[in-house]
Amino acid sequence: MTRRLPKKDVVIVGLGWTGSIMALELAKAGLDVVAIERGPWRDTATDFNITTAPDELRYAIRQEMFLRPKQETLTMRNRLDQTALPIRKFGSFLPPNGVGGGGMHWNGQTWRFLPDDFRIRTHLTERYGEAFLPENNFIQDWPMSYDELEPYYDRFEKTLGISGQAGNLKGQIQPGGNPFEGVRSDHYPTPPMQQGYSQSLFTKAATDMGLHPFPRPSANLSQAYTNPYGVRMAPCTYCGFCEWFGCANYSKSSPQTCVLPALMRHSNFEARTDSEVTKVNLSRDGKRATGVTFVDSEQVEWEQPADLVLICAFAFFNVRLMLMSGIGKPYDPNTAEGVVGRNYAYQVGAGAVGHFGPGYNFNPFAGAGSLGAALDDFNSDNFDHGPHGFVGGASLTNAYTNGRPISYHPVPPGTPGWGAQWKRAVHETYNSTTNVGAQGSVMAYRDAYLDLDPTYKDPLGRPLMRMTFDYHPNEQKMAKFMMERSGEIIRRMGAKQVSTNALRVPYTVVPYQTTHNTGGAVIGNDPTTSALNRYGQSWDVPNVFVTGASSFPQNAGYNPTGTVGALCYWTLDAIKNQFLKSDAPLVQL
Amino acid sequence: MINITRRQLLATTAVIGATVMAGAPVRARIMSGALPWSPNQVYPPPIVTPGPWQFFTADEAAVVEAIADRIIPADDLGPGGKDAGCAIFIDRQLIGPYGTSEWLYMEPPFVLDAAANFGIQSPITPTRRYRDGLAALAAYTKQNFAGRLFHQLDAADQDRVLTGLEKGDVKIPEGKAFFNQVQANVVEGYFADPVYGGNKDMCGWKLVGFPGVRYDYRDVIANPNKPYTLPPVSLMGRASKEAAR
Amino acid sequence: MRRLGLAALLLLGTATLARADLDSYVAVEQGRYLAVAGDCAACHASPKGPFAGGRAIETPFGNINAANLTPDRDTGLGRWSAEDFWHALHDGHSVTDGHLYPAFPYNYYTRVTRTDSDALFAFLRSVEPVRNPVDRNTLPWPFSMRVSMLGWNALEFTPGVFQPDPQRSTEFNRGAYLVEGLGHCGACHTPMNAIGGPKQAQYLQGNSIQNWIAPNLTNDAQAGLGTWSVDDIVQYLQTGRNLHAAAAGPMGEVVEISTSKMTVPDLRAIATYLKERGAAGPAVPAPLPATDAHMDAGAALYTDNCSACHARDGKGVADLFPALAGAPSVRQDDPTTTIRVIITGAQVAATAGAPTSPAMPSFGWHLSDAQIADVVTYLRNTWGNAAPAVAATQVSSVRSAVAVPGK
Repeated sequence: MTRRLPKKDVVIVGLGWTGSIMALELAKAGLDVVAIERGPWRDTATDFNITTAPDELRYAIRQEMFLRPKQETLTMRNRLDQTALPIRKFGSFLPPNGVGGGGMHWNGQTWRFLPDDFRIRTHLTERYGEAFLPENNFIQDWPMSYDELEPYYDRFEKTLGISGQAGNLKGQIQPGGNPFEGVRSDHYPTPPMQQGYSQSLFTKAATDMGLHPFPRPSANLSQAYTNPYGVRMAPCTYCGFCEWFGCANYSKSSPQTCVLPALMRHSNFEARTDSEVTKVNLSRDGKRATGVTFVDSEQVEWEQPADLVLICAFAFFNVRLMLMSGIGKPYDPNTAEGVVGRNYAYQVGAGAVGHFGPGYNFNPFAGAGSLGAALDDFNSDNFDHGPHGFVGGASLTNAYTNGRPISYHPVPPGTPGWGAQWKRAVHETYNSTTNVGAQGSVMAYRDAYLDLDPTYKDPLGRPLMRMTFDYHPNEQKMAKFMMERSGEIIRRMGAKQVSTNALRVPYTVVPYQTTHNTGGAVIGNDPTTSALNRYGQSWDVPNVFVTGASSFPQNAGYNPTGTVGALCYWTLDAIKNQFLKSDAPLVQL
Repeated sequence: MINITRRQLLATTAVIGATVMAGAPVRARIMSGALPWSPNQVYPPPIVTPGPWQFFTADEAAVVEAIADRIIPADDLGPGGKDAGCAIFIDRQLIGPYGTSEWLYMEPPFVLDAAANFGIQSPITPTRRYRDGLAALAAYTKQNFAGRLFHQLDAADQDRVLTGLEKGDVKIPEGKAFFNQVQANVVEGYFADPVYGGNKDMCGWKLVGFPGVRYDYRDVIANPNKPYTLPPVSLMGRASKEAAR
Repeated sequence: MRRLGLAALLLLGTATLARADLDSYVAVEQGRYLAVAGDCAACHASPKGPFAGGRAIETPFGNINAANLTPDRDTGLGRWSAEDFWHALHDGHSVTDGHLYPAFPYNYYTRVTRTDSDALFAFLRSVEPVRNPVDRNTLPWPFSMRVSMLGWNALEFTPGVFQPDPQRSTEFNRGAYLVEGLGHCGACHTPMNAIGGPKQAQYLQGNSIQNWIAPNLTNDAQAGLGTWSVDDIVQYLQTGRNLHAAAAGPMGEVVEISTSKMTVPDLRAIATYLKERGAAGPAVPAPLPATDAHMDAGAALYTDNCSACHARDGKGVADLFPALAGAPSVRQDDPTTTIRVIITGAQVAATAGAPTSPAMPSFGWHLSDAQIADVVTYLRNTWGNAAPAVAATQVSSVRSAVAVPGK
């Protein structure tokens, strides 16, 4: 029997980046807000205590901060004619769990998408013709321009204190920055991180090759910073325990370090953790949300009524919740109709590893999640794709996020996998190896999508999310191109031996690639190809808004968080300035 | 209520939800008004102490130690897998949630002939893999090496058997999977923090030059391409302090 | 909160209002502010309602439950008059319970003027009445005999309203009135004698209380506020931090509930008083040489464990991680605070001006008594600091008192 709780103005599903920002801003506006988070509360001094945080086995290998597959996982298949099988142990991506979400244990690479990315279909068609686009693509323009979103990128960067070098300030190209970036209205809130030795080799080599390297924009701060909420952060100390770990010394931007201290001061906000939202409840005509149902830590069911429902969980879980709540028409790849689950995308990863031989001290253990020198010469449509036969691009970076030895003990190609020779190679190679990595876009396709699995269930008896995805020929071609460009740069840096990392095809769930899963509940101007309007508001249920990378129509050659944050502030403005007054659909067709 | 600060009164209302009315309270942590905090709150890892084997039999342990010593042999660069404590590491891992795949999704149906890119689809847990794999390996060596167990073979024969397992030429059931499991765990044990039982005296970290759990390398960034000279430090401190404890 | 208006009112109040009209809005608002300055909520707060009492207050002689100050007729102050309230505050005598124990710091509140007492009472009369019966007699015998307070009062207590010193500025006198009266800072920051009374000769020179050291608040350069400016003190009281230090533990609570909500002129007055009273503190020893074996071990421990937040040069991160270099808290004669904070961790106060409230992690599981002794010795004798070395036995005794979850 479901017990009903007193009504709140706003219920937020998930207390990660977007959930905490929404909660803070709406609590400041005087609303009664409750956020319901499936995982536990996480706090710097306790959960990322400096005496326990730097533990590779516990957090990187045994994956302690992440969602346990036992609690929820997905099934995966590459093609429609296959049976999807459960991801019994997470590998390719690591979904977050707990307050802070992915923002708690991310690397902190914080990008803006490029102006062309926002009008990608129009632009590519103008330049190359429609026939140039890949077969079966679902590429679509975003429902706003870069310029419209720019002030919100700025706001998110200021909340986080991002360390970087502006490349295009109010139309003026700045030395040392990214000349390809969209126009910025302001500098980054803090200067770029001090770069390491291998970054200096990359920067020199790339510059000599006529490319345009710049320091990667980073949420590992270069100096102490107080954000507009009055919350203060410390400078990063390059500890090398960044991604998959919580930060022990308040120097990585996260909900914990940027938002929660301000949020928790509001007595009209309540956080309810260890509780899983199982459904958004709708009125009988299905046109209005009345609140959510959740189960607490003893699996007792409760109803939380609310006037406004914000779905702010990780991308997959947003889509799954919408499907299980009947918000929007589920996508069917056979008919190409429906919108929830449509336009799922991921990220391309490829690159080259350089072995430099004796005499080098790269010291990879002195790393930080966003420490890196990057270049965008091969990203988006910054170069002529005509001769190459693919669309999309990648950012190329030389980085050291870590040198943790269980995972990182490189050996030159041809070394045996174990034994005395292997041991000696590990000893000799650790400090004299670096790499250039490409992180590339993935287009949307008709046959890459999310739905509910017909067979496998979670412990509550509900169907798991099913992912149907593989890398299409377009992405494979692009990855090969990027791998070759990476190899050229690393050779120029002085590598004696180069091995290349090709894109793994078919898509495999085993080795870690990225947790940049995008799409499934995309924003758009057309309700037949999008689940949400341009403000992230459900076309079908106007008092439901959805945030996160599930909004992306397709993925670009960058980490998604910067754009997730910008869209969050953009949606927030629409809620505060329009929806709270009108309580109506914000886009009339 | 002795000595509870007012801050704590206002902040965390755990379990008995003061904010909930009507009926039984929500079992959840409900937080409002302040960042929750308590003194002495930290979640240390389980500290492995020397002692009897907790999962392996004596014979099993001897075999795992011998395998570890071939995967990572002793040489002038440092101890092998055996002296590094890899078998102790594995023993203690297997009695914990890792050993029984407690966190993984272990619901049927299991499709055992799935392609590799679908990941683990077998219900065999690490504990089963070791138990069954070591038994099968024992049967194999007894049959092919005049009744001897793996640790009683000479190094060359040991390497030959391991290579055979790795490639599938040594035909024992799940032989490849068993080899991959052991190799992965030996590497984990060699490089994980010594608190887990392996990487004795931080020999693995000394092999590669990994300084351990220090948290401030601004001096390394400020002095590029210089060798790092401070000794490694683990979750339990520097090596000399370990000896003192 | 109408800070400017109130400040003006407070300055006027003592001069023109002979007796406050208890129902006047002005008196109630004045009383609300005075309750903040007096930090009444620290003891009298309750989950049942503001000022409903019931909380057990630890004393060296046992626990006493704080009274219900709401105007409930049966369990609170509903039957009291302003005169009754004045007697409690000024004389330490309650018309309901008899002699009060100095857990209620009447030996400081006695300095409060009648006008302010009336305003406080007016405010308390205006809060929601809460029925909360409190057992007010929980001390063990012989302390359970309240009449025994006659003896204590004879030795330790002379009632008397604050008398401003005509030689001092208005600001100094205001600060003195606040510190010596409602602020009752001496109740923690003055060492106590065997019967729990303050050692007046060492007023505000620091005190060990509940396994914390309430530091020296004189203008002493080694252990007191000598290296702090008036602005530093104001910033600390208002936000919980300044370049030098961060308020945590019991003082963190004082900042959050009390001083961060006081007016800046009042905080400046307090700072002025503390700075201008004079200096009295311990002799400064010669610092231990860096070559000392304990210093050497401590330096290594510091590099490995502490430098990622407090920095190699001990300067921390401004307004986030307190500086250890030049920190009075590190240089107190008694190192208990530094030791306990390493063992249990500590959360910095959260205020509107500084909401971050970072927490020092708990190191207790990870460092032995000898290691903590070495690193604390190192902190106390590096970067210009000099203070007595710390022995492992000192750490052990602190650990047994604090390394219990919940303390």
